[in-house]
Amino acid sequence: MYQDFDQKHIPSELIRIEGVSKSFSGVQALREVSFSIAPGQVHGLVGENGSGKSTLIKILAGVLSPDRGALFFDGQPFRSVSPKRAIRKGIQVIYQDFSLFPNLSVAENIALVSEVARGAWRVDRRRVRELATRGVRLLGVELDLDALVENLPIFQWQLVAIARALVQQARLIIMDEPTTALTRIEVDSLLKVIRSLRDSDIAVLFVSHKLNEVCNVADRLSVLRNGSVVANLDSKPFDPLGVAELMTGRPPGGRTVRDRPDDRRVLLSVSNLARQGAYSDVSFDLQEGEVLGITGLLGSGQTELAMGLSGLLPAETGRIELDGKDAVIDGIQSALDLGIAYVPEDRLREGLFPKHSVLENLLAASVERSCGFLSFIDFQKFKGIATAWVERLSIKTSSLDLPVETLSGGNQQRVVLAKWLSTEPRVLVLNNPTAGVDVGSKTEIHGILQQLAEQGCGIIIVSDDLPELLENCDSIRVMSKSRLSERLTAEATGEDQLYRMLIGEVH
Amino acid sequence: MALLNWRKELPLFGAVLGLILILGVGNAAFFSLDNLADLLRNSIVIGIMALGVMVVMASGGIDVSFTAIAIFSAYATTRLLLETGGGESIVLAFVSAAFLGSILGLINALFIAWLRLPTLIVTLGTLSLFRGAMLTFLGSEYITALPNSMVAFSRWDLVTGLTSGGSTYRVPVAFLALPLTAVLVSLLLNRTYWGRGIYAIGGDRESAERAGFATAGLQTFIYCFVGALSALAGMIHVTLGRIANPFDLVGMELNVIAAVVLGGARLTGGYGSVTGTLLGVALIVMINNSLILLGVPSFWQRVVVGLLILIGAGTTVVRGRALRGVRT
Ligand SMILES: Nc1ncnc2c1ncn2[C@@H]1O[C@H](COP(=O)(O)OP(=O)(O)OP(=O)(O)O)[C@@H](O)[C@H]1O
Ligand SMILES: [Mg+2]
Repeated sequence: MYQDFDQKHIPSELIRIEGVSKSFSGVQALREVSFSIAPGQVHGLVGENGSGKSTLIKILAGVLSPDRGALFFDGQPFRSVSPKRAIRKGIQVIYQDFSLFPNLSVAENIALVSEVARGAWRVDRRRVRELATRGVRLLGVELDLDALVENLPIFQWQLVAIARALVQQARLIIMDEPTTALTRIEVDSLLKVIRSLRDSDIAVLFVSHKLNEVCNVADRLSVLRNGSVVANLDSKPFDPLGVAELMTGRPPGGRTVRDRPDDRRVLLSVSNLARQGAYSDVSFDLQEGEVLGITGLLGSGQTELAMGLSGLLPAETGRIELDGKDAVIDGIQSALDLGIAYVPEDRLREGLFPKHSVLENLLAASVERSCGFLSFIDFQKFKGIATAWVERLSIKTSSLDLPVETLSGGNQQRVVLAKWLSTEPRVLVLNNPTAGVDVGSKTEIHGILQQLAEQGCGIIIVSDDLPELLENCDSIRVMSKSRLSERLTAEATGEDQLYRMLIGEVH
Repeated sequence: MALLNWRKELPLFGAVLGLILILGVGNAAFFSLDNLADLLRNSIVIGIMALGVMVVMASGGIDVSFTAIAIFSAYATTRLLLETGGGESIVLAFVSAAFLGSILGLINALFIAWLRLPTLIVTLGTLSLFRGAMLTFLGSEYITALPNSMVAFSRWDLVTGLTSGGSTYRVPVAFLALPLTAVLVSLLLNRTYWGRGIYAIGGDRESAERAGFATAGLQTFIYCFVGALSALAGMIHVTLGRIANPFDLVGMELNVIAAVVLGGARLTGGYGSVTGTLLGVALIVMINNSLILLGVPSFWQRVVVGLLILIGAGTTVVRGRALRGVRT
């Protein structure tokens, strides 16, 4: 038989981990995890919040070392892995928290890691620029290369983090929830990039809570539950519902059903609200117990509007009425006094004190309200309240006293949510409330929002997650070029129609 | 990149020009050659120290022990040269002081980079430690008979002449150490990946580690480097003053840090530039030396320095917020 000696030997695995365990002060984050990633494959990794995905990734990247177990790269044992050695082997990570340098320019953030890994000691500005331009072009987005990352909106942080991983000569690119802050257009272009990476034999480990996304892009899928791999699925097609069941170990919950009358009292009435360069001519009514969804392309002003209602970017002109009375919102405090709470999109920078304990973060917004000025803080009572919230939102933490930054990404998210829910707001404005939250808890959070609405709280959800909006909102408005569209009822609108409105095909 | 930096430092540049105008209009003696020479001479030591402190602050730390390192190294070197009779080479004098300074810096680094203790606490401790050790083990008497090479160096002038009033003015060659250090630090920070790594650590230490920087190694380098620069400044101070006084320098930390903060460095790390620092030094030196020309009582200088810091730090923060579109 004729044998083709020139045939390229394609190794069946690029990196393999065997029996890896890791625990943090009593929390077993990973238990005997084994699996392998093959070149030219997109490997999906899913699991609930706190199931150990980020921990596993940090071990692959050399940021953490495992308590037990071994890593193999190209079939060879890969010992004492450090970030630098991992990068040199061609492992690139898009971290869940981005891991950028806020004080440096976009260009430098993109180029720095690869230049350092290359062993360069002299800064070659032309090369930095070229690398950055290439990274941004690969991703097909526009970014101001000279801007300081610190001054960018959160979705651009994510784009910078992605571009940084792409400019490297990588053999494995690990993406830890790379799409949490992106809208469908950027997500689509990322998915395209991932397919072309696969075609050039690069391996991709893709972590996401958007199960449709993972099931669509992945060639293989591993499911983590409580730190153990409970399933390795080797062939398409993957069924998101089945995957969700594997993740949680229970059948997926049903759809949140609403049945509310449409003629309740108007709680919040906004007319002709405007702020230069942010939003203009915004008018809408929010009824008691109404859930209003606002969506739009990135940069259309929906985040600014949410910040406007909550006093972070107060309107310059226009009128706001709460309960039929004129209300002035000129700062966060005045919004809070009126009972308007805002759950920001960018939890890491705006929502949390990362080094402080879970307890302090949970209570940061409500302490002042529930005990008067200069009165003593009753810690026992507050521990009780905090524990109740931890249970209600099933926040996974081994103690209230741990710094909140040690919680998994999705659990940090829940802490922010609990912090604002505990102020018992009349109007709750949420910006992408379930980005980075697993399917199971997403349903729980939706349930809580519905429950709040039942109690008469007016809720405004700003989100890019169209199914989420359609499922939860009574009405939806689309924002484009700083202006708000007419009111659409959720029942009468399909996802496709909404998406076409979003990208401006229908008006 | 350069353009961006310029625009950032424009207000500071304006402040320096403004102060020069005020001082010049208030008293014509400000523009006299001997006053200008004075200003240059007085900015050498504080300028070199400020450049070192700026590097530390860019990396997200703070060093308050540098004055103790400066006087310790200079005093010890002077005594060593006198006792060993090795006082003939000025190069040897400076090199051994710098070496000593970097060893003291290494002690800081041990605590900071390897034990990961907070930088302020460590350097507060070593400030006291170094100074105490010097006074205890090296002695506390003034040395006025400096080694020959140091005396000769102090007489070596870059520019000298007579003013119309008949008094002499002089700028010593030692002044060149300031621009040279500035160029060195600027090259280090902007043109090498060690320098970029320093900013990276200041921006986010965890991210710097994940990006493959050897953060502990870099921090060790930073504190040794600052130690060496401080020692250099200490030697210049002793040489130009022609006296090794172990009680000198310690106490001027706040002036130096004020200059650095005015120059745009932030206590939270990640920021700081050579141009900014030099402008900050110019402000502080002019205030400390020239308000007297206007007849401003000397304790008012402290008030002015304090106000400047508040204004300087305030504008950085407010401008940052404006850029991000956040208002509070
Ligand atoms: N530094 C740490 N100290 C203590 N506990 C930690 C630390 N890092 C992670 N953990 C814990 O380990 C567990 C796994 O966390 P990990 O971040 O890997 O979860 P994840 O699967 O990425 O979740 P998410 O989807 O929410 O991002 C969590 O219970 C978390 O609280
Ligand atoms: Mg995670």
